[in-house]
Amino acid sequence: MRGHTAAMGVLAEAVPLLAADSSQVLPARQMMAFTLGFHIILVPFGVAFTAIMLIANYRGIRHGDETALQLARRWSLVAGVLFAVGAVSGTVLSFELGLLWPGLMGRYGAAFGIPFAVEGLFFFVEAIFVAIYIYGWERMRPWPHFWSGVPIVISGVGGTSSVVAANAWMNMPGGITVEDGRVVDVRPLEIFFTDAFWYEAVHMLLAAYMVAGFVIAGVYAVGMLRGRRDRLHRLGLAIPFAVAAIATPIQVVVGDVAAREVHQNEPAKFAMIAALPETGTRVPEVLGGVLVDGEVRYGIEVPLMASILAGFDPDTEIQGLDAIPPDERPAARLVNTVHLAFQVMVAIGSALLGLALWGGFSWWRHRRLPENRLFLACTAVSGVAAVVALEAGWVVTEVGRQPWTVVGLLRTEDAAPTTGNLWPFFGATVVLYVAIAFGTFYVLRLLRERWRAAEAEGEADPGGEGDVPYGPSRARAGDRS
Amino acid sequence: MSTFAAAVLFTGVLAYAVLGGADFGAGFWDLTAGGAGRGRRPRHLVDESLAPVWEANHVWLVFCLVMLWTGFPTAFAAITTTLYIPLGLAALGIVARGAGFAFRKVLVRTDQQRLAGAAFAISSVLAPFMLGTVVGGIASGRVPADGHGDPITSWVNPTSLLGGTLAVLTCAFVAAVFLTAEARRRDDVELEAWFQRRSQVVAGVTGAVALAGIAVLRADSPRLFDALLTRGLPLVLLSAASGLAALLLVRRLAPRLVQGLAVLAVAAIIAGWGTAQYPYLLVPHTTISEAAAPAATLWSLTIVAALALVIVVPSMVLLFVLAQRGSLESH
Repeated sequence: MRGHTAAMGVLAEAVPLLAADSSQVLPARQMMAFTLGFHIILVPFGVAFTAIMLIANYRGIRHGDETALQLARRWSLVAGVLFAVGAVSGTVLSFELGLLWPGLMGRYGAAFGIPFAVEGLFFFVEAIFVAIYIYGWERMRPWPHFWSGVPIVISGVGGTSSVVAANAWMNMPGGITVEDGRVVDVRPLEIFFTDAFWYEAVHMLLAAYMVAGFVIAGVYAVGMLRGRRDRLHRLGLAIPFAVAAIATPIQVVVGDVAAREVHQNEPAKFAMIAALPETGTRVPEVLGGVLVDGEVRYGIEVPLMASILAGFDPDTEIQGLDAIPPDERPAARLVNTVHLAFQVMVAIGSALLGLALWGGFSWWRHRRLPENRLFLACTAVSGVAAVVALEAGWVVTEVGRQPWTVVGLLRTEDAAPTTGNLWPFFGATVVLYVAIAFGTFYVLRLLRERWRAAEAEGEADPGGEGDVPYGPSRARAGDRS
Repeated sequence: MSTFAAAVLFTGVLAYAVLGGADFGAGFWDLTAGGAGRGRRPRHLVDESLAPVWEANHVWLVFCLVMLWTGFPTAFAAITTTLYIPLGLAALGIVARGAGFAFRKVLVRTDQQRLAGAAFAISSVLAPFMLGTVVGGIASGRVPADGHGDPITSWVNPTSLLGGTLAVLTCAFVAAVFLTAEARRRDDVELEAWFQRRSQVVAGVTGAVALAGIAVLRADSPRLFDALLTRGLPLVLLSAASGLAALLLVRRLAPRLVQGLAVLAVAAIIAGWGTAQYPYLLVPHTTISEAAAPAATLWSLTIVAALALVIVVPSMVLLFVLAQRGSLESH
């Protein structure tokens, strides 16, 4: 809430200053960043959490594991709440593409929209089967019910890939013929499958599995730290942790490939990531540090490392900020944002790799995850860390594209509205989203308390989620109001 | 080709108006159901019948937006730079509505349920009203071809206010008819009568507003008025006849038939609007073919629409069948 008050304070100061300004670039960017930053946290729960839930469901039916079944059922309730908030906050983004970026949609909607049309299909399938799965526990037979969840996972992969395809197109636009500033022909497959598509899509999907896995594992780690070391908590930690721990090493490799591709395909973004003032070879990697007056200060230099990472060779040339034409050169604060966000992402990714290896080693040697307090504490914070890394990654790709909305074709100031005043809309959105974030946490806590109370009572389960995983529950009928 | 893409877009609008409209209207009845004690049972029915289907129904809106901005990008930008206030309010309303609904299902304390329920119900009225004003603004020719029309009068005008009011009323009507059938399925005679009565009242009010609307359109949007009374006349009459039939026969016919009549009434009047403004996308500035994206884009959208027909429609039928058979029970 403190962040919220501060944000409002900044807003209140900014409104009179900017109300007269016809350019709406600043509020449009801030609002897009805020709403996309909010929505992206929910994406892993629609895309990957559902897969984790199905793994528990499968284990429950295949091996007659009642605890796993109970977890799957509880997770489906949580997924239901998060999917609802994710669906509507995603719809806001659809509106915003028109309200905040009319210049982008009017000029390039014919190209940029195609991946979104494909995504629409996946969203339909996802919404339909999420409903069937979540509300099918009572009356459907176990295996058909399990299979009704599988389309959710498939459409999660397809939907995420489609949206990322649109983003990849903004980074590396292709597949269009422009005449007199108008798109006169499109080549849909080239628009969808740009060179940036593959690594961006895989990178985001793995990120979704890491975030969902570490966050859920983290929740159960907190429970175990507080002394709840029953089988439910162990399994509730083990299943999502295993998923995240498998995704993490792959992600490190994919991220490394992605960085080299960005070096090749998006040299300006790479210059920002490296905060490199001048083009050169034998470039050192600067850990931390900020660009001040054309020089990187306060950082730790690792000699030759940036060149080696970019091309496996110290003589690899890396383009600096000086290679960007002056009127396209991003301001130092943008460079610093991208540079530091990239480092935060890589640092967290490395730490999570360590945690994954720790858990994996223990599993290999002892067939179980460590249960000491240090491991549990690390797992408890891993979820938050993964979310931070996810946000940082999006900052890198979005801020790193500035001043462009579509690289080489459309500058951000030409995409934003030229009339109206977006600040009140932004303010109302912040207030509403803060309320929804608060409501989401509150509601999920309430579910947890209900489950705990049910466990304390033993047999009786007022929510009806635990005692009879399949088939009508006893204690349901009179309980709702 | 562009006409076909416009037809696909319009099919999405129809689907959203009927299916999404029924969900919005359920929120209207939730809002007007009275205090916590008196409104408990109708709200419970609203809750149970909406829960499994509202997200799928909601996707039609996203479908429409995507079809519009991809197939007719310049028209989309013209609409968003003109009607940004009602569109923004509709977007916020949709968020508050979905979140409020999802939260209320979990909450147990009455005061908290009331808060979440109010967010759901009030925004269920706000959002269709705003979308109705958008339709009114487009239909009455207030969105210029290059956009940036008047940010206020484009949606605060007689035709838009009529559009918004009719949107809220038709949503309430369809919802009342659907919920009547839902109550019948559950053998809840009392609740069936509760919604039946309301469906009749709102059908009468909608008819009266529509009649008054004729005068409004004649004064405010003569072009739309003329088109509705010539090319659109059969559809307008069809809508009026099915609405009237639903009103008069609601006690005699099976709820399912009444449901069909209600859907027909709403679909026909929306189709009437579409017919009346053909071949314009933005009356009277931009035609469908002028606003259309390149042919390859329209072909891509056609393929997506075909896939939707093959994949999404059967899935949706499955969802509705399961919901109707009572296989999907809320927790």
